[in-house]
Amino acid sequence: MSRPVSYNLIQKPLEKDISVAPLPDGHQGEGFFATSLDAVIGLARKNSIWPLPFATSCCGIEFMATMGSHYDLARFGSERVGFSPRQCDLLMVMGTIAKKMGPVVRQVYLQMAEPRWVIAVGACASSGGIFDTYSVLQGIDQVVPVDVYVPGCPPRPEAIIDGVLRIQDLVGKESLRRRNSEQYKALLNSYGIQ
Amino acid sequence: MALSNEYIIQRLKEKFGEELFTFQESYGMLELVAPKEMNLKVLNFLYDDAQLQFRFLTDLTGVHYPNRTGEELAVVYHLHNLQSNCRIRFKVHTSVDQPEVYTATGLFSAANWMERETYDFFGIQFVGHPNLKRILNVDEMDYFPLRKEFPLEDQTRIDKDDEMFGRG
Repeated sequence: MSRPVSYNLIQKPLEKDISVAPLPDGHQGEGFFATSLDAVIGLARKNSIWPLPFATSCCGIEFMATMGSHYDLARFGSERVGFSPRQCDLLMVMGTIAKKMGPVVRQVYLQMAEPRWVIAVGACASSGGIFDTYSVLQGIDQVVPVDVYVPGCPPRPEAIIDGVLRIQDLVGKESLRRRNSEQYKALLNSYGIQ
Repeated sequence: MALSNEYIIQRLKEKFGEELFTFQESYGMLELVAPKEMNLKVLNFLYDDAQLQFRFLTDLTGVHYPNRTGEELAVVYHLHNLQSNCRIRFKVHTSVDQPEVYTATGLFSAANWMERETYDFFGIQFVGHPNLKRILNVDEMDYFPLRKEFPLEDQTRIDKDDEMFGRG
C-alpha cells in the first residue's frame, strides 16, 4: 500500500476492468462517426506520447520508479521512452541543470520535431531549487519554453504521472493551428528560436 | 625509510637558508609557505632531492583570504612522497591585484587541469601554462566565483522573497 498522499487519498472506484480512451464529441450512426479532425488527432497524440527523459539527478531516479511496474507510466500510452530527440514528443527534464548544460537542453529541444512539449520535473528544473548559485541554471524556462512544472524535491512518481496527465490534457485539447499562430511564434522568438 | 617533518625542514633550510620559509605543523602534516617567486625552485628541489622525492602532486588549489592585504590569494600544493608515504602542503601567496604565479606544468603534468581549475575559480594567472582557460564553468562567465568578493547567490533573481527564507 502506498503512503497516503494527495494523489491517492481520493479513492476512485474502478469503473471498468479495462479502460479505453473516451470517444470525442461527435455524431454517430450506423457505420459512421463524424467529429472534428482536431479531436481525433488530439486523441491519438495524447495517448501515444513518446517521452524523452533528460535525467540529471535524483528526479531521474523517481522517473525510473515511474516507468517501473508499480507505477507504470506505460498505462498512459507512454510505453515507449525514446532516446533520440527526433522521435520524441515530450521532453522531460528531471534534475539540476548546470549553466553549462543549458545549451545542451536547448539543442535537444531544437532537435525535436513539432509538435513538442516540455515538462520540468522537480524544483531544480523548475527554478534552480536549493542551488541558488553561480553554476546552476535557475529554471530551464530560461532556455526552453516549459508546458508543465512538477513541484517536489524530488516529486513522487504519482506527481510525475500527474504532470504527464496534465501534458495529456494540453495535447488532447491543443488546436491544430496553435503551432502556426503568431502567439506561438512570438513565444519561440522570445527564446531566440525561429 | 620514513621521512620526518624535522628532516624535511632541515633539508629545506640547508638548501634555501633559514629565513625563506615559514613552517607550521597541523595534525602531523607539515605546511610550508614560501615567496611566490620561489615556488618552482622549491617544487623542483622537493622533486629531485634523493631523500625527499615528493614526486606526486595530489592536489593543487587556491584559497582566498580577503583580509590579508597584499597576499589575498594562496596557491596550495599537496605533495606526496609515495615511497615513504609522506605528505606535505606547500603554499605560496599572491596579491589579488597581480595574481601571477609560475606554472608547475613543466614538473607535474597533473598540474595542467588543476591549474586551469584554480584559474577558473580564483583567477590566478599561471605564467607559462600551455592552455590557461576555464575548465568547469561556462566560458562566458566574467568573474571568478570562489573569490569571496562575489556573493554566493544569484543577485539578479527577483522571485526569492527573503522573508520566506528566514532572512527578512
